[in-house]
Amino acid sequence: MKNSLKSIVSLHSDLVSGKVSSSDLIHESLKRSHKLQDECNAFVTIMDEMSGSVNDNLLSGIPYGIKDNYSTKGILSTGSSNTLKDYVPFFSATAVSNLEKLGAVPVNKTVLDEFGMGGTGTTGHTGVVLNPWDKTRMCAGSSAGSACAVAAGVYPYALGSDTGDSIRKPAAYCGVVGYKPTYGMISRYGLFPFASSLDTCGVLTRSVEDAAIVVDGMKGIDSNDMTSWDSSSVHLFDSLDGNVKGKKLCYVKELCDINNYPDATDELKEHLSNFFETLEKCKSLGMSVREVSIDQKLLNAVGSVYVVISCAEATSNMSNLTGISFGPRSEGDNYHDMMKNYRTKGFCSLIKRRFVIGSYVLQAENKDRYFFNAQRARRLIVDRWKELFKEYDAVILPVGSGPAKFLDDSKNSKISNIEPLEEHLQIGNFGGFPSITIPNGFVSGLPVGVNITGNCYDDVNVLNIAYALEGSMDYKGMVARGYDYEV
Amino acid sequence: MKYKALIGIEMHCEISRTNSKVFSSASNSFNDCPNGNVRPLDMGFPGTLPVVNKEAVRKSIMMSLMLGCKVPEYLYFERKNYYYPDLPKGYQITQETKPAPIGSYGKLRYDLNGEFKEALINNIHLEEDTASQQHFPSFSTLDYNRCGVPLLELVTEPCFHSSDEALAFLETIRNIYRYADISEADSKKGQIRCDVNVSIMDADLDEIPENYGTKVEVKGVNSFGAARAVIDYEIDRQIKLKESGEYDSMPQQTRRWDEDSMTTIYMRDKVDAIDYKYFIDPNIPKIKLSQDWINEIKDSIPVLAHERKEIYMNNYGLSNYDATILVKDKNVSDYYENTIKCGADAKSASNWISSVILGYLNKELLSIDDIYVTPSMLKDLIDMVSSGTISSKQGKEVLFKCLEENKDPKTVVEESGMKQIGSSDEILKVVTEVLDENGDNIEKYKAGRTNVVDYLVGQVMKKTRGQANPSITRNMMIEEIEKR
Repeated sequence: MKNSLKSIVSLHSDLVSGKVSSSDLIHESLKRSHKLQDECNAFVTIMDEMSGSVNDNLLSGIPYGIKDNYSTKGILSTGSSNTLKDYVPFFSATAVSNLEKLGAVPVNKTVLDEFGMGGTGTTGHTGVVLNPWDKTRMCAGSSAGSACAVAAGVYPYALGSDTGDSIRKPAAYCGVVGYKPTYGMISRYGLFPFASSLDTCGVLTRSVEDAAIVVDGMKGIDSNDMTSWDSSSVHLFDSLDGNVKGKKLCYVKELCDINNYPDATDELKEHLSNFFETLEKCKSLGMSVREVSIDQKLLNAVGSVYVVISCAEATSNMSNLTGISFGPRSEGDNYHDMMKNYRTKGFCSLIKRRFVIGSYVLQAENKDRYFFNAQRARRLIVDRWKELFKEYDAVILPVGSGPAKFLDDSKNSKISNIEPLEEHLQIGNFGGFPSITIPNGFVSGLPVGVNITGNCYDDVNVLNIAYALEGSMDYKGMVARGYDYEV
Repeated sequence: MKYKALIGIEMHCEISRTNSKVFSSASNSFNDCPNGNVRPLDMGFPGTLPVVNKEAVRKSIMMSLMLGCKVPEYLYFERKNYYYPDLPKGYQITQETKPAPIGSYGKLRYDLNGEFKEALINNIHLEEDTASQQHFPSFSTLDYNRCGVPLLELVTEPCFHSSDEALAFLETIRNIYRYADISEADSKKGQIRCDVNVSIMDADLDEIPENYGTKVEVKGVNSFGAARAVIDYEIDRQIKLKESGEYDSMPQQTRRWDEDSMTTIYMRDKVDAIDYKYFIDPNIPKIKLSQDWINEIKDSIPVLAHERKEIYMNNYGLSNYDATILVKDKNVSDYYENTIKCGADAKSASNWISSVILGYLNKELLSIDDIYVTPSMLKDLIDMVSSGTISSKQGKEVLFKCLEENKDPKTVVEESGMKQIGSSDEILKVVTEVLDENGDNIEKYKAGRTNVVDYLVGQVMKKTRGQANPSITRNMMIEEIEKR
């Protein structure tokens, strides 16, 4: 059977016609899960006992994966952290409940960088996630397990979350689609927080169409999340018509011009020239593409703004992790020692480093210089992007500096001035913009991605551009090499 | 007096009667069962988010308006970050002074023994209460029922000069909370908690910040009695330091009130103050407070104690003393007004309530809501007395019986055959009878010994077993003697 490799629409029609049953799909998905777990370590939990049934909804009876920072009732939810290694919630995240109501069937919980705070897929408490295209390379993160599993054809989609680029970067490294909708379209209730003003729920799929279907199912205003908004008039899947004639795109010169990188590697050169080929495809679809220039200072600030704001919020958000009411309680003579032992032993060093930064930038004597300035810079960057959206339908940019990086960092070449290119996806979180990454080619035999970002509430437009562009390339429904096997 | 004291107060008061807590959907009500009123947010479970309770905001805006504070255009909430066992999220959602809290810079007139004073309000802000803790020798317990209960913190400028002023202010505020139905404001239920700051300065200097002494903040002052004791204790302690020359080297500090020793105990210096790392809670978008809504809230502010008092004095003709007694407790004042609404005479109602009912409540330690006698029953009683059906002395007996035995005044009067003979014909018959039997006394009366009337009225009472109306009898007796 190769059902898991199909699109949601075709799986639904197979289910309705009786060609396959939901239990066939679940069975196949579980088999692929166990094999992938052995090879790439993508999962925290595999739920072997799930069952499903079919109804009118496209998602009914079809298996999917959930990033392990979503709260799932009765199912271990660890955030890939030792601090929650035994935590079984008694409530589900709203996005998960919404899918459950439609009949979607979760079959596993996927590994992430601890609490989403990392971009490598290497800091989860269950170990490193390997890239299914090349096991010496990383998936990126933090939605590493979800990207890995979708690329390996375990199911058509897996839930992710995105605070800086945590859906869209791993999607590019694994050759799949990663969609982060407008902030607040999907409720964050039940998503373990990293940085609340940036955190966004989303999905990883193998096609734009599937991404639209899944987010249609996840979204909706939620009385438990004051930052959610009513999107009941938005129908993403129904709005996909591929009609993009006359749409205006722009890209940022300072990020895409190879001359800005004097010590560029061959991979970077290939990646950028591939990006310009993609722009040609956009033009041939009837869209216009313009180059715009952005103040280099603003672009250079992106990474620091992200670190300051995300670490500050994270420090506070994760203060609830004390091991007293939930999580494995630590020993100690008093409350403070118990908590200190729990947090010292439980968190990985990367996170502890970020907590220190977060505390530092919020201290009374530093707050204006770091935290408030970061908020001011965030506003300037967002305002500049909003200006672009007055003139253009979307900003199109390459994702990262090339294909997936090596897990052994000594093998990765260092390129100067590369940070803004690596970090520009964070702008999508600064503004809460809808943003989607799709695969747009190969470099060194590995997939690379292109990103399309539009203005808030303009998800339909962003998806349509991605949908049309995807249709003009050959990567729709792509599965990692070697994973299109029969079960 | 060589010195004067400057006293500022931070008064925390829980908001009562909202359906749910300020950011969680758990019930905001008293629950005997520890951890019975708890939703996931109240214990800080991962992924939970705060949702602002509109009714709590409405009540806060009302309080802000009553204090003459400025209400901001947008409402923000901030996180106050610190680790403490009673704070499961690791931060308290509150409001700092920037951006503006729900009320800033107000003034409130209050009455100190008939003299009006003005209190300066720095700000009032809405926040969530913490869990309650109990400590035992080898373990501690946490009850999250209180965690997330809406809490208003009112901060005054150092504008009070004595414990009398501070207490008069606190009582005024408590009354406002109760009259506006914002809080039961019961310190026995832990709904009111205060921090008090005290400093002293030379009495002849101007009251400007440059001349202020060193501020000592005392935490954990959980009753008005304790507030008085803390203020008096600190003024005394600081004057002694001043006299011995130690005051000027005393650092700005935080102390706590110790109920057992009735002293304040040093906790920490200002230099050790906790940095709470405030920042705006990203989970709560800024909330626009429309002028229409604020006006609507303004219009719904109920008649407060001092306003009721004026009505009682000007419209009902009560004395300052009686009016003050009636408005002291909102429930008593409501009871009084309901009795009048039932049709009772305003002055009589005041007399019956303050002389009989309040005396009974004080003796039995009851609240007026606990008694069986309703305002309409009290009205019946007042009517029976004023129509002469029973005497006022009998009325008192009846009311006591009703209060003690949970009975209706009409029933008590009927059961005990207490009905007064009011009809003139019946009384006349007995008066005539008595006069016929007491010819010698008529002579005495005519000779100028008018006090024999008392004896004759007494005889009528004897014959009617106390049921004749004494004043009617007396008048009739005099009339009849004159005729003979």
